[in-house]
Amino acid sequence: MNAVVHLSGPARPGPDLKELLTRVALGDQDAFSRLYDAVAGPVLGLVRRVLRDPAQSEEVAQEVLLEVWRTAARYRAERGEVMPWVLTIAHRRAVDRVRSAQAAADRDRRAAGASHTPAFDEVAEQVESRLEREQVRRCMRMLTELQRESLTLAYYRGYTYPQVAEVLGVPLGTIKTRMRDGLIRLRDCLGVGA
Amino acid sequence: MNVTDPHTLTGAYAAHALDPDENAEFERHLAGCPSCAQEVAEFAATLAKLGTAQSEVPPQTLKANVMAALPTIRQEAPHTTPAPGQGPSRPGRRAPRWTKLALAACLALAASAGGIAVQQHHRADQARARAAALQVQQDRVTDLLTAPDARTTTGSTSGGAAGGVGTAVWSHSRGQAAFLASGLPAPAAGTTYQLWFNDSGTMRPAGLLPGGNGARLLSGPLDGAVGIGVTVEPAGGSPHPTSAPVLLLPFT
Repeated sequence: MNAVVHLSGPARPGPDLKELLTRVALGDQDAFSRLYDAVAGPVLGLVRRVLRDPAQSEEVAQEVLLEVWRTAARYRAERGEVMPWVLTIAHRRAVDRVRSAQAAADRDRRAAGASHTPAFDEVAEQVESRLEREQVRRCMRMLTELQRESLTLAYYRGYTYPQVAEVLGVPLGTIKTRMRDGLIRLRDCLGVGA
Repeated sequence: MNVTDPHTLTGAYAAHALDPDENAEFERHLAGCPSCAQEVAEFAATLAKLGTAQSEVPPQTLKANVMAALPTIRQEAPHTTPAPGQGPSRPGRRAPRWTKLALAACLALAASAGGIAVQQHHRADQARARAAALQVQQDRVTDLLTAPDARTTTGSTSGGAAGGVGTAVWSHSRGQAAFLASGLPAPAAGTTYQLWFNDSGTMRPAGLLPGGNGARLLSGPLDGAVGIGVTVEPAGGSPHPTSAPVLLLPFT
């Protein structure tokens, strides 16, 4: 169960996204069109994973892609790859949308929290034959149940860590720690470098 | 809240799981903690794998909507000096230059980056004035683009080297349509571009577009129109087209 799953080279050979983004920052729409082709699928998929509602997801995905256009000049290549930068924007916006709609429903959610079922099935149900999904699934399995649920509720549901703690009935400090050591284990399993 | 060791918040921060106060506090810590920043970057890359694992094929309309909206969005300047070798570097003039670039990009719909980069100052100043004049139209067009059922189609003018690109945006729920022109040749003196609703072959006047660039909402309701037409007409416009259309964009 400690086997490490390594990436065998880049999962998807494609255009140099850093170079494209540099051109996008200069107002190059052709470059943006190619960047769009590389990132729109993951953006829409992630946003929909968090929001569920298809119409709302498309609306937020559109906002995300236009934010990429608007803020391309702020990308710093030395801080990481383009896809994480784009998906960080996507996740931030999706989570903001969840939380703005969520405030009113908080009391109901607390009442329902006790009967929450483990969220890992939500990952499993999405799994298909694609290499990347398979790797993610295998690496998620190497986490402890608490690590996995903490990360899944936060990342795919948009919960804050106090909400995660409440739903899982675990102290705040524990959730904080589990998110971090869960991510360390995932990082090493997926072979994500600096 | 009992935050004893901010280092342990890297995971929750990367997953956007901190509340706003803690988030701000952690970002202050992050600014002076390179090892935390490194860990956050690695976690962001890790979570991106979870994100790409959810990838799905977006509908064509999403790209059309996004591409059509680009010319209406002002691009931001970088926060700080770009790293050496990354992005353009224009010592001493960076901020004002970017401001002008962004303004020109906003105005000169679909203009090439190269074209913008060589704009002279006086042209940028002219652009500023024209941008203000166009702002109302652009706001209307941007607003139309946000309609849930907004759709777009793009066509090129025939005519070889002098060709330009036009994009139609329409929404049945709003009952409106808009036209975005990019690089249409400037009409000859004493003439103007005129926009028309195509009511199944009968052209209904829908406003004038004096220059070869710009965006405007078509005058009048969408009703049963099946497309948009663009002709060159005498200044002031015509009640019926007097020339063959330079562009026909069907609502398909």
